[in-house]
Amino acid sequence: MEDPMAAIRVTFFQECDEQLAELENGLLAMQDGTAEAETVNAVFRAVHSMKGGAGIFALDALVRFAHVFETALDKVRSGMLAASPPVVAVFLRAADLLADLVRAARDGLPADETRIAEMTQELSRAGGAGDTNEPAHAPRGEAEASEPGKPLLQIWHIRFTPHAELYAKANEAAVLLRELRQLGQARVTLDSSRLPDLPDIDPEGAYLSWEIELESARTEKEIRDIFEFVEEDCELEIITSSQGFAPGEVITGDNGFKFEFFGPPEEAADHGGEEREAETEPEQHGPAARPPSAIPDVSPPLPPPPPAAPAPSPLSAAGKSERAGVTIRVELDRVDRMVDLMGELVINEAMLTQNIVESGLAHSSKLAMTLESLETLTREIQDSVMAIRAQPVRSVFQRMPRLVREVAAMTGKQVRLVTEGEATEVDKTVIERISDPLTHMIRNAIDHGLESPEARLAAGKPPEGTVRLTALHRSGRIVLEVEDDGAGIDRARVRQKAVEKGLIDPAAQLSDEETDNLIFLPGFSTAAAVSDISGRGVGMDVVRQSVQALGGRISIASRPGRGSTFTLSLPLTLAVMDGMVVSTHGHTLIIPLSAIVETLKPRAEDVFPLDAESNLLASRGCYVPMVDTASCLGYGVSPAAPEDCVALLVEGEGGGRTVLLVDAIHGQRQVVIKSLEANYRAVPGIAAATVMGDGQVALIVDVDAAIRVAGAASASRTAAPKIMELQERAA
Amino acid sequence: MTSSEGKQDGKELIAFRVGRQEFCIDVMLVREIRGWTEVTALPRVPAYVKGVMNLRGAVLPIIDLGIRLGMPGAEPTARHVIIVVQLEQRQVGILVDAVSDILTVSDTLIQPVPDVTSTLVKSFVKGLLAVEGRMVSLIEVESLLPAAELEPA
Repeated sequence: MEDPMAAIRVTFFQECDEQLAELENGLLAMQDGTAEAETVNAVFRAVHSMKGGAGIFALDALVRFAHVFETALDKVRSGMLAASPPVVAVFLRAADLLADLVRAARDGLPADETRIAEMTQELSRAGGAGDTNEPAHAPRGEAEASEPGKPLLQIWHIRFTPHAELYAKANEAAVLLRELRQLGQARVTLDSSRLPDLPDIDPEGAYLSWEIELESARTEKEIRDIFEFVEEDCELEIITSSQGFAPGEVITGDNGFKFEFFGPPEEAADHGGEEREAETEPEQHGPAARPPSAIPDVSPPLPPPPPAAPAPSPLSAAGKSERAGVTIRVELDRVDRMVDLMGELVINEAMLTQNIVESGLAHSSKLAMTLESLETLTREIQDSVMAIRAQPVRSVFQRMPRLVREVAAMTGKQVRLVTEGEATEVDKTVIERISDPLTHMIRNAIDHGLESPEARLAAGKPPEGTVRLTALHRSGRIVLEVEDDGAGIDRARVRQKAVEKGLIDPAAQLSDEETDNLIFLPGFSTAAAVSDISGRGVGMDVVRQSVQALGGRISIASRPGRGSTFTLSLPLTLAVMDGMVVSTHGHTLIIPLSAIVETLKPRAEDVFPLDAESNLLASRGCYVPMVDTASCLGYGVSPAAPEDCVALLVEGEGGGRTVLLVDAIHGQRQVVIKSLEANYRAVPGIAAATVMGDGQVALIVDVDAAIRVAGAASASRTAAPKIMELQERAA
Repeated sequence: MTSSEGKQDGKELIAFRVGRQEFCIDVMLVREIRGWTEVTALPRVPAYVKGVMNLRGAVLPIIDLGIRLGMPGAEPTARHVIIVVQLEQRQVGILVDAVSDILTVSDTLIQPVPDVTSTLVKSFVKGLLAVEGRMVSLIEVESLLPAAELEPA
């Protein structure tokens, strides 16, 4: 290690890349109009952090430009500047320049001063006049700046009474007051007279109001602009008078709370507390973490001396790292390596268990007990490791509003998107791969599901259709639902189409559910005319294929006239699952535990032959088709007699039940999922493979594939073979 | 082992026997060579796919080269050998009778396959080598896997 700073420098540029990405995402969100209240703050923070870091390394040009950029952003953040499309466009270009500057700094190249000058000009123009000559290194402590020399000083009396909704929308009275203070000298008085006694307090209620005397040359509009985003959620009175007051005067509220002029506003019932650490910094300097949108004549612009620049930065950086101290950044490769090792550990644990069982040691022995705790530990480690990779589905959901807008615009339909369960967590690998099917399902819901506004009105529905996107955990899987309140599937038309395309026999008897699911067959497209949005060759069969490749299932339920629901269910992780180890005709197979309803030993009197090949099992009053597991998977063996087998009653995603016949059950085990596709390719009827305790590979059965085979065999004999064949091709 | 001159411009090939024939592949493709162990059979696969085995946690498909080349397959024993080859991102095990030689040859020594041979062989064999009176067929490993013909439509 030659230079410790070199390593820190590397980290700094890594962080810069992340900040730049965040900056761009945020700005794009602002451009799209999908920005949330937090977005502008995130954008601001990104630039601010880069400025701070750049200061440490004396990257002068970068610091200078970041500061200009930050100042412009701060105006948006404080509501002084609206994030209109042209403004955001300038910001995006500024972000590009910032990225170039970072790159130049990293490679030790000189910064492009011409571009900096141009962009500084442009940012100033975008930010409006008055703040154009922002000092390059504005020292902290300008917040209190007023314009003593200027005429037209007025005293504004402002009464600000937030409603509970203001806090509920994550606004913060302290921030508003602080911003107000930047307009001029302000005296803030808390009115806590409405504050009830402790037992009567609604923790989410709002009881405080503030009276502010503001000495400022600004107009009422400028003052009101600060409250622009909260106007509906508070009472705001602004009147003017000519009376002044002495700066620095300390006043005391009627309940003894003290408020000093330039000090931090210490709300008694501060709702967020977010900005607290910033406020604990030296009083006169105002919040350290945010640069003031200052007025130049108070603090003359300093030349940019590199040693001076770091001064504020390490402080704010330290504050930030404290706040973010609960997280660390880890390379994904390391986590993946850990997941792999965890898989090996699970296999090894299974091997050990098997060896000990085979060696015939009694279960009560200490060895067996130790083994048991090892098993528990292994499982805990595994859960923890998987939790590292878990991420909320929010990142995928966030892309959907834009999609909905686009598709709605293209189809001329009015659509409202409702999302639920964005915080539902699922393994990273799954997240990456649900985006495409989800996109397709939503497109489909809008394009095919929802009717035109006129048709909706005619049907007595509101003209605006609703698409509801929901994520939830259900029995160890993540379930994603896309529900529309459109017309539902036109079953007659679907059927007619399927017959026309030769997908089913005209005489086939299909249930409603089976008819609905015909849309997943390859070569089926319901769109009468091939539209731009869906029906461009990539049909629902492709969606189904990609979902099945993930070990997931997709199905549709439709209520005529009331809409349809796509249900997509995926394993939470693609790494481990619980399975039942069975053997059949000499093959060891794993049946996913989640699919097994019950296991039983079929009695001869409960088995009813349907025809020469298939049998039904009477189970709790229902006749369930039985299949020999090995022969239905295509091992080319003749089915064994049901009475000699163990029966597993399994249920598929669509709710269909089937009895799988196996020779014996060897127990339950957690298995590490190994892809067959990695070195070979997908095998029909097989979901994946795993490595058993003896080092042998065992195959994990795709239960739905088995059910399809069974269902097809026992349902209508005429229609089945074709569907089956097609489904196999799709699988 | 045999020819050692011209190492600079030549490439190394690993030769192995299947039945009475001798084949070779580029040694750079070979990741490891291991003895035959019992594999797990896969349903609905061509006969030459013997199954899959566990290679340090990865699932490795095993191709019976004999059957792939249209010869009758033999029941593998512990004396049979699996050559693990790397094909781009994938690893595949090739079941052969035994490894026979390491050859160092220059490209000029590789003769084209005569036109008379059957199309089956032609699709796998990309050249012939004469080594001490034996004929060794250079195999194109990429074409052994069923992937190309069974890629989902």
